[in-house]
Amino acid sequence: MREISPPLSIEVADVTVAYANGIVALRDASFKLGPGVICALVGVNGSGKSTLFKAIMGFIRPVKGSVRIAGKSVEQARRGKRIAYVPQSEEVDWTFPVNVWDVVMMGRYGHMNFMRLPSATDKRIVAESLDRVGMSDFKERQIGELSGGQKKRVFLARALAQRGSIMLLDEPFTGVDVTTEETIISLLRALRDDGHIILVSTHNLGSVPEFCDHVVLVNRTVLAAGPTDDVFTEKNLTLAFGGVLRQFHFEQSTIQEHDGRTVKLLTDDERPLVFGKDGHLEYKDREGREKLVKEREKEAGK
Amino acid sequence: MNLLTPFQYSFMNEALMISALVGAVCAVLSCYLVLKGWSLMGDAISHAVLPGIVAAYSMGLPLAVGAFASGLLCAVATGWIKSSTRIKEDTVMGIVFTGLFALGLVMFTKIQTEAHLNHILFGNILGIERDDMIQTIIAASVTLVVVLVMRKDLLLFCFDAAHARAIGLNTSMLYYVLLSLLAGTIVASLQSVGIILVVAMLVTPGCTARLLTDRFDRMLLIAVASSVLASCIGVYVSFFINGATGACIVLAQALLFALALLLGPKHGLIARRFRA
Repeated sequence: MREISPPLSIEVADVTVAYANGIVALRDASFKLGPGVICALVGVNGSGKSTLFKAIMGFIRPVKGSVRIAGKSVEQARRGKRIAYVPQSEEVDWTFPVNVWDVVMMGRYGHMNFMRLPSATDKRIVAESLDRVGMSDFKERQIGELSGGQKKRVFLARALAQRGSIMLLDEPFTGVDVTTEETIISLLRALRDDGHIILVSTHNLGSVPEFCDHVVLVNRTVLAAGPTDDVFTEKNLTLAFGGVLRQFHFEQSTIQEHDGRTVKLLTDDERPLVFGKDGHLEYKDREGREKLVKEREKEAGK
Repeated sequence: MNLLTPFQYSFMNEALMISALVGAVCAVLSCYLVLKGWSLMGDAISHAVLPGIVAAYSMGLPLAVGAFASGLLCAVATGWIKSSTRIKEDTVMGIVFTGLFALGLVMFTKIQTEAHLNHILFGNILGIERDDMIQTIIAASVTLVVVLVMRKDLLLFCFDAAHARAIGLNTSMLYYVLLSLLAGTIVASLQSVGIILVVAMLVTPGCTARLLTDRFDRMLLIAVASSVLASCIGVYVSFFINGATGACIVLAQALLFALALLLGPKHGLIARRFRA
């Protein structure tokens, strides 16, 4: 049952959020998203990413400005069960006595009567959602007995079971293996192609150009918002992260001419680990390593 | 006097029945409190009911009404002070509930009552009167029915309040429902274990069950079973030692917890040692 009236959109207009202790977490934040988009919310810790999430879900009321979802208030959108939320792994009590099936079924609660008795449809949707994230074999497991990636997939299945049209994911790639990351990304792409709006809060910069169409850069306000190609520039990122971003300047490192284009760069968004042509470990600074540079040159010369 | 002597007295049979009912209600609620991390809240509300009881007594109201009102007052005041200052919740609670408890003690000495302070503080189930018994049964039954009807919503609220809110559940309503249930349970248990020890009834059965299972439905059943058993053992034993029924019940609870801690099949200390 999709509403016929206004097309799906999220409109954040001049939102200012202040907490009871007087701290202004977000000032005059504005951006707009249309249907069928994966948007990254990028910023350092404490930049107001989660505040913006909470404002979009209606958990905190802005002192100024408004959030509209498909032209309606957040409360109305929530009553329509349109917003699904995938929490950060740190926010979940993994020792809680519930199993995978129970958690995914929680996504259906909004659709059930007040006794929360699941219908055949609810069960079918839960089974489908588990299948879609490849967790059907684990439905009897207590949630604490899963790996980091499996845990994430369970909560993704819960969001799928909710059948919302907007999905908010908080740091979905933290503590997750590569297979799960790929599963998540291809799932999100499929949802986007169905017209969903997907908002991903992340500080994992490398993954952003891979799968996000839009980027919203946050630092106490919205610094820039728009298509990834336009917004995800070095200038904007420096603005968003200040001096906090780790940099690896190839021209200042121990990497040399003869390494050509075969340099390997490994990173989990911490400091990158760089190997030169012959698998040599490379250092960020040449200074103090002149001996090493000379040795490498000799090797290349022979 | 042989082992069956206690059952020849009607007051003993009544005490066994009431304490089993109270044990069951406390056990159900304890599962939620343990999972939500509200043990201190249970302690706080149970102490905070004292001024309400004294006030209700002097006004001729049912004691349960006063207890319920002042228990909720404690929780609401705690919530309000926490959200409008920089002080953390546990600290605020520590101040509010001791303050209310002290107020209750002062009121008690000022207002002439026929009630015994000891009975309020430590329970008096062997000498329970008809009115108190009816109040206890009503408070226990109402609480039990509400928890069982709302058990899934309350569980979701304990597990992931943000998700509950996102799918349109009224989480502030659930917060107050859980608080009211807690206050109701405390009112129900006043007669059996009293204000001071009721927190044990509100925490121990849930903890015992938590050690024995990973499923919530089973946790509820195990908690109820262990709590009813402990309540009956406590009442039975206290007959022979001539008193301190509340303390005997709490000791039996602690004993069952210790057994679960040692002998639990999966999370027990011995099973763990063997696996390591």
